[in-house]
Amino acid sequence: MRNLSIYIHIPFCVRKCLYCDFLSGPASVGEVGNYVNLLLREIKEQSVFYGDHRVVSIFFGGGTPSLLPARETGRILEGVRDGFFVAEDAEITIECNPGTVTAQKLRDYITSGINRLSIGLQSTDDEELARIGRIHSYSDFLETYTAAREAGFRNINIDLMAGLPGQGMASYTKTLERVAALSPEHISAYSLILEEGTTLYVNQDAYTFPDEEEDREMYELTGRYLAEAGFHRYEISNYAKEGQECRHNKVYWRRGDYAGFGLGASSMVQNVRWKNPEAHMAYADCVEKMGHGGGGRALGSGSAPCIARPQDKSFAEMLRRTGRCEVQELTAEEQMEEFMFLGLRLTEGVDLKAFLRNFGKAAEDIYGRQIRSFLEQGFLERAGQRLRLTSRGIDVSNAVFAAFLF
Amino acid sequence: MDQSKIRNFCIVAHIDHGKSTLADRIIEKTGLLTSREMQAQILDNMELERERGITIKAQTVRIIYQAKDGNEYIFNLIDTPGHVDFNYEVSRSLAACDGAILVVDAAQGIEAQTLANVYLALDHDLDVFPVINKIDLPSAEPERVKNEIEDVIGIEAQDAPLISAKNGIGVEEVLEAIVEKIPAPGGSPDNPLQALIFDSVYDSYKGVIVFCRIKEGRVKKGTKIKMMATGATAEVVEVGYFGAGQFIPCDELTAGMVGYLTASIKNVKDTAVGDTVTDVDNPCAEPLPGYKKVNSMVYCGMYPADGAKYPDLRDALEKLKLNDASLNYEPETSIALGFGFRCGFLGLLHLEIIQERLEREYNLDLVTTAPGVIYRVYKTNGDMIELTNPSNLPDPSEIDYMEEPVVSAEIMVTTEFIGPIMQLCQERRGRYISTEYIEASRALLKYDLPLNEIIYDFFDALKSRSRGYASFDYELKGYEQSKLVKLDILINHDEVDALSFIVHADSAYERGRRMCEKLKDEIPRHLFEIPIQAAVGGKIIARETVRAMRKDVLAKCYGGDITRKKKLLEKQKEGKKRMRQVGNVEIPQSAFMSVLKLDDN
Repeated sequence: MRNLSIYIHIPFCVRKCLYCDFLSGPASVGEVGNYVNLLLREIKEQSVFYGDHRVVSIFFGGGTPSLLPARETGRILEGVRDGFFVAEDAEITIECNPGTVTAQKLRDYITSGINRLSIGLQSTDDEELARIGRIHSYSDFLETYTAAREAGFRNINIDLMAGLPGQGMASYTKTLERVAALSPEHISAYSLILEEGTTLYVNQDAYTFPDEEEDREMYELTGRYLAEAGFHRYEISNYAKEGQECRHNKVYWRRGDYAGFGLGASSMVQNVRWKNPEAHMAYADCVEKMGHGGGGRALGSGSAPCIARPQDKSFAEMLRRTGRCEVQELTAEEQMEEFMFLGLRLTEGVDLKAFLRNFGKAAEDIYGRQIRSFLEQGFLERAGQRLRLTSRGIDVSNAVFAAFLF
Repeated sequence: MDQSKIRNFCIVAHIDHGKSTLADRIIEKTGLLTSREMQAQILDNMELERERGITIKAQTVRIIYQAKDGNEYIFNLIDTPGHVDFNYEVSRSLAACDGAILVVDAAQGIEAQTLANVYLALDHDLDVFPVINKIDLPSAEPERVKNEIEDVIGIEAQDAPLISAKNGIGVEEVLEAIVEKIPAPGGSPDNPLQALIFDSVYDSYKGVIVFCRIKEGRVKKGTKIKMMATGATAEVVEVGYFGAGQFIPCDELTAGMVGYLTASIKNVKDTAVGDTVTDVDNPCAEPLPGYKKVNSMVYCGMYPADGAKYPDLRDALEKLKLNDASLNYEPETSIALGFGFRCGFLGLLHLEIIQERLEREYNLDLVTTAPGVIYRVYKTNGDMIELTNPSNLPDPSEIDYMEEPVVSAEIMVTTEFIGPIMQLCQERRGRYISTEYIEASRALLKYDLPLNEIIYDFFDALKSRSRGYASFDYELKGYEQSKLVKLDILINHDEVDALSFIVHADSAYERGRRMCEKLKDEIPRHLFEIPIQAAVGGKIIARETVRAMRKDVLAKCYGGDITRKKKLLEKQKEGKKRMRQVGNVEIPQSAFMSVLKLDDN
């Protein structure tokens, strides 16, 4: 049996945050119901391909998945369990925003099997929160956090952001102190990046951002402070207590198989990448096609159902036929690129022996020039059979990653 | 053909005073074309010419006019290039005419090019009569302009036709004036052939099509001809005249006529503008006066942005050269830019036109180095070399002294801007000659200026300091000794040959400093610190630093959307591919060009 992770996209939120360029937006109750029905159909139709897979993690992302009534998330999980073999100890995460969950809802999550909560806090400074368009305050967060613990959540992540407009070292330090004191199992701390098309990007001249130096200081402080508080960095922006690393997250960097369901969701299974359509109508169309034989069943003239398995050549063909976007059968070169630039995000780095095993060639033979030059310049380091970013390398990781593209 | 019914003329004007529009109206009124057939401006053929509103290559058209005296006249309207870069071509076109219409804008009055062109016409003994254009403008002052023409140029202007070429007002009057005021051509068909080449174009079927004015004698199919300066000989295949936008063959061209001939000539080099065509079997005694070899004044390096396109660039230059004898090029190699060509031009406008044509018509992406002039380097061993590429400057120990080209410049300016313009000329190492007042509010400033001080951005500076009111014209005066040095740019301690240029010793520091500042903005931050230095003779005179990149991280990678993140990385990688690698440093193509515009604000 192969391991599989499942991502479920819930594209709804109360209001779009000013820095957000994810696929999300406000929606009415009716739309939400229709969407869940579509999602359940997709999950059902897709499950036929994964008969020999064991689901090890499920992640509800958004948008704000916690806006869904608990019975809807329950229905979705039931749908997954009906079609897939879900491991007993699977990590099941839902993202939530402070103020969108009641104590009852949190208890219902536990009942339906959700065992990890990821709370989008970003900052403990209410002015900073308001400036980036968040709909909650720090005290809203505290309420949610306490209720989650009371409901029985033993695995909680808190999302933070550095480099926010008007943020200084003092306020960021305070945020770290307060969050660490709560002792969650996991902390994500990202640098704000102005993405084109977001409100913050368009109006960036109206704000004061910390400069590069301050931004890097904040990053270094995060590592130092959280280490003292018992969190280790296992990925560029992710910190966890011992044994509490996010399994779902690591699947992306280690290039494990994952299937994404819902609007615009991304998947990669056995070196085929694809996305669902990002427009609602196109997505609905796509689900419709899956249900009418396009899903790979009953193809050809024979009456026996013939199902393309992910490792078959016809699998990508099936994806294209059902209207999935950017279907890409990764070439050996593309797999090598990903192996490097995704693997290097993890602090453990990439395993050079695994590279040789996977591709039949040594990484040094393919990327000799890049590796030598980055080792010399101190952006990469060797640790036994592994190659990883140094802290200087982390600061300019994009430039390092880009060098590994063909 | 009755020689007395031929009128060969051209129109001279300052840029934008309405020369091409009047030409269009004349062609329209003579009835050879319907309005429907008219393109916006018939004579300006190339797309580029229409966009820039200037005439680059001389165009010529033959038209028939039924005059009020009941006779039918043949008009040969020879359109002349309108820019100082093409002065010699203008002079040859004028030599093909017997008279000229001077167009003056009723609001702006006389400008620098009005004067330059009208004096050129008078030098060629042309009969010039003025017309006042744009009289329908609210700001038109035809009486003031008439007086100005009489006072400044000294030609009769009181009965000048008042017209609006744009709206077709007064054009009939111009046509009658052409008949009355422009003399019929002289010469005799019975004399030996003597024809002036005033232009030529290359046609892939017919070979070179030579535009000529028959001064004496006759020429037809089968005539064995000789180009007297180049010595080339050929047998005429076809003669004819110029329809609007087409060549119309005829039996014979005789004295007084303007037309073309083809003779299976393969290269425009053989048919130099200004050369005299004669009959091999019955040659004329001597060539027509005024021929000279045209020399390039401005040089720059042109490189394909994509090194693999070098053969394409070579082919494109070859093709352009077929039609443009004043374009010169030879291969050269730059450490920074790879294989390319050192190209010579008549002036900066010519350079820009060639560059744009290469980019548009041949779809080439070019990197151009700073344009320079030809310096004369006198070596201690007595040799003199003409330097077109700064990288070839001999070691300073071998140089005795250097000379640079100097031009006589005339700048027409309203009196309120005399101060700022004089200051500009001073900054550009100008030598003041004189100030002449045209009228109470306008003056003509005369300066000698080093050519290398005006080829960069002098026009722009002139415009900005006079709020667009100054106009400018110049001609080459000669070479003068000057204290010149080579300014080198070092990026990360490596000299970048394509950025070197020659500069006057007194401005070296200022130029070096500005180049470093500019380059600092152009060169993206790398993973390491990059010093940018300017040096003269190995001595560093200015320095800037591109700081090492401090932060370059990806945003949160959401829901496993790896494809999108990879696209961002690819974009970053692609950007690097378009850059030039010098040592460890990636330099964007734009950096090589940006240093051309070191404006003084």
